[in-house]
Amino acid sequence: MREFLDISGSLGLPEQASAHAGDIDYMMSLVHLLMLLLLVGWGVYFIYVLIRFRTKKNPVASYEGAVGKYSKVQETAVILAEAVLLVGFAFPIWGVLKNEFPSAEESFEVNVIAEQFAWNVHYPGADGTFGARDIHLIDVLSNPIGLDPDDPASADDVVTINELHLPINRPIVITLTSKDVIHSFGVPQLRIKQDVVPGIAIPIWFTAIKAGEYEIACAQLCGLSHYRMRGFVTVESPDELETWLQDMSELDF
Amino acid sequence: MTYGTEREMTDSVSGGDESVHDVHRYHEEPFWRKYIFATDHKMIGIQYALTALFFLLTGFTFMMLMRWQLAYPGQPIPLIGWLFSDDTMPGGVMVPEFYNQLGAMHGTIMVFLGVVPLAVGAFGNYIVPLQIGAPDMAFPKLNMASYWVYFCGGVVMLASFFVPAGAAKAGWTSYPPLANIETMGQTMWLIGMMFLITSSLLGAVNFLTTIIQLRAPGMSYFRMPFFVWAQFVTAFLLLLAFPPLEAAAFLQLADRLIGTSFFMPSGLVVSGQVLDIAGGGSPLLWQHLFWFLAHPEVYVLILPAMGIVAEIIANNTRKPLWGYKLMVYSLLFLGAMSFIVWAHHMFITGMGTTMGAFFQVTTMIISIPSVIILSGLFLSLWGASMRFTTPMLFALAFLPMFGIGGLTGLPLGLAPTDIPLHDTMYVIGHFHYIVAPGTILALFAGIYYWYPKVTGRKLNDFWGRIHFWGTFICMNGIFMPMFIQGLAGVSRRLYDGGATYDFAANVVQYNELMSIFAWVLALAQIPFFINFFLSIKKGKEVDDNPWKATTLEWTATPTPPLPHVNFETVPTVYRGPYEYSVPDSDSDFTPQNQP
Repeated sequence: MREFLDISGSLGLPEQASAHAGDIDYMMSLVHLLMLLLLVGWGVYFIYVLIRFRTKKNPVASYEGAVGKYSKVQETAVILAEAVLLVGFAFPIWGVLKNEFPSAEESFEVNVIAEQFAWNVHYPGADGTFGARDIHLIDVLSNPIGLDPDDPASADDVVTINELHLPINRPIVITLTSKDVIHSFGVPQLRIKQDVVPGIAIPIWFTAIKAGEYEIACAQLCGLSHYRMRGFVTVESPDELETWLQDMSELDF
Repeated sequence: MTYGTEREMTDSVSGGDESVHDVHRYHEEPFWRKYIFATDHKMIGIQYALTALFFLLTGFTFMMLMRWQLAYPGQPIPLIGWLFSDDTMPGGVMVPEFYNQLGAMHGTIMVFLGVVPLAVGAFGNYIVPLQIGAPDMAFPKLNMASYWVYFCGGVVMLASFFVPAGAAKAGWTSYPPLANIETMGQTMWLIGMMFLITSSLLGAVNFLTTIIQLRAPGMSYFRMPFFVWAQFVTAFLLLLAFPPLEAAAFLQLADRLIGTSFFMPSGLVVSGQVLDIAGGGSPLLWQHLFWFLAHPEVYVLILPAMGIVAEIIANNTRKPLWGYKLMVYSLLFLGAMSFIVWAHHMFITGMGTTMGAFFQVTTMIISIPSVIILSGLFLSLWGASMRFTTPMLFALAFLPMFGIGGLTGLPLGLAPTDIPLHDTMYVIGHFHYIVAPGTILALFAGIYYWYPKVTGRKLNDFWGRIHFWGTFICMNGIFMPMFIQGLAGVSRRLYDGGATYDFAANVVQYNELMSIFAWVLALAQIPFFINFFLSIKKGKEVDDNPWKATTLEWTATPTPPLPHVNFETVPTVYRGPYEYSVPDSDSDFTPQNQP
């Protein structure tokens, strides 16, 4: 049944590169099928009445008008369909994305710090602990996220700009913060989008299931260069990721 | 009741220092009293209509400029590019700052200075007192004040383009912190909004009082035309939803001017510099206050349109509306529900499951009364004897267009499907289908329908049909491709229309097509404007009730209705609003005031 109803291939959605993308796309298919059904149903009715009930064809209007239970049936059907979408799909999918975060051991953690108009990426390094950050240490060129050099945990941290490398088939937790205004971290192929609100650290989680390079597109108007606030996500094997992180730490500030 | 006593009634309404005998006082009004600082609801309605049409054209012009940049990013605008300053279009090429100004002001102007003033200020003002048998609005001077406060708001908004660094450029939503750190144009925007909000509040009080207090004898609530009901609910929405935004605008103004931090969190670093602010505020607080207004505002945009369409459909199908009472109850339910759906605009701000569930459920619930009203309008066509007059064409086109707009709201109102679609072109397509081919077509329908009441002449049907088909086809050509772009993931508010992104490569080419439709849409408005102004003197003369309608504005008043009194005698209402094709009746319409 799911195969039959899944029309996400015809909706022009980007490829599915995360584990939850299929669920979202299936729900998207069902919603669009419901929309199509209502649109075609009313459309056929509409064209019929325009022809059938024009003055020439029907010179005397009916005071009674439409009788019967059609409208009630239709409205009940819409209510039921919406209830199914809510209870069967919207609540469970949202619940998994918001509440069922993977444990710290099994997940790969990274911070993304947005600013006008770039995505700073902060890896904890080999010790698995993020170094402390202080806004007063921020320097546009040498220390964009204000990493504290006196914190031992920050020694092996890796900081990149607009380059986010992630492991395939392992739950990923990204903690999003912003330095200045609201941005929105969106990667269409991963079916993730999360507003990055200054003053709040917002975690998101997903599992990337397809290797490749994808674009991070800022989705919230953030100023004059909003349109080119682009970053890149590379989903790769753990070995490749390890090598890349090694290379990056040698380039470190 | 006689003319004289009618005058007394008006005088008591408008302050009453004029002579009771002077029934022709309105002829002697000086020019400035009659046309400028008018207190007659009809003249104020006309003032609103002309001003709002001007602003609709202005907002549309902004969009046509933006659509050049979207279709041909970085290329100079031909012919008119040199008209602009070097700050906005050096060498005729639009800079991103100016694009963002036009974007923010397009939204602001279309919503607050164009559609709402036309739907409520113009149609509501002109038609509501006539349809309920009132001599004027309850507070004529307040009515004058609300027009002039609106006018000032418009002037402030337009003037903001000429302050240093130009107009507001943080979107019509003005989210802080971006809005807080923007240039002086944002301050102008906030001041302009405070004028516009004040105007709407004054108007809302006036509408409510008028509809509650000034109905003619026999005009019970359930004999009111659906249009009056729509305006009634709209007035409640304006009255209750706008004050939080007025407060929010004041708080943002304080943040900008006197250093408070209502919407500014601690620890902001802009361009490498730590901001010197108190901090501790919340950017999301603004979003809650903004959407607490802006969601009901959607219904402010759509309900009067539904009212207009209902009038025209009943009149041109020659039969009663299907399920009038059910539709009125749906309207009331819709109005009440619209106050508890606002945060569905905020699913991806980090909302958890409890809030998410609440706002998804309320959003699905509010879709039901909308479905009932639309179904009612569709079912009203069954058994009709349909006349395809020009207003009817626009009213009929409203139905499927509003349908598409409403249906595409479903995936946005469900949080998981909102993830890929939020802030994409899909959203733009969705609400433009509601407001442009939806509301604006309905407003055109209203202009073609009530024009004979205002001028005593009809608009030309041939040019009306050209206008209709041009507008209908072009609007679909502009907005339909937005769904395709949105599903592919293209964000809204992009200066280059998404050309930066590889994932948009297959859909950015639609930008050119959409832009061409936008410019042809402008051409399609030329016959309308010529028709609109020429027909004042040259249109075909018609009698008082050219559409053979049942409601009081057609059956009880001369054309145009008498200044300040409307009716020669106060009408008495004996029946419901849509008694068309009553069995065993001589005529296919039975006016409300026919005993």
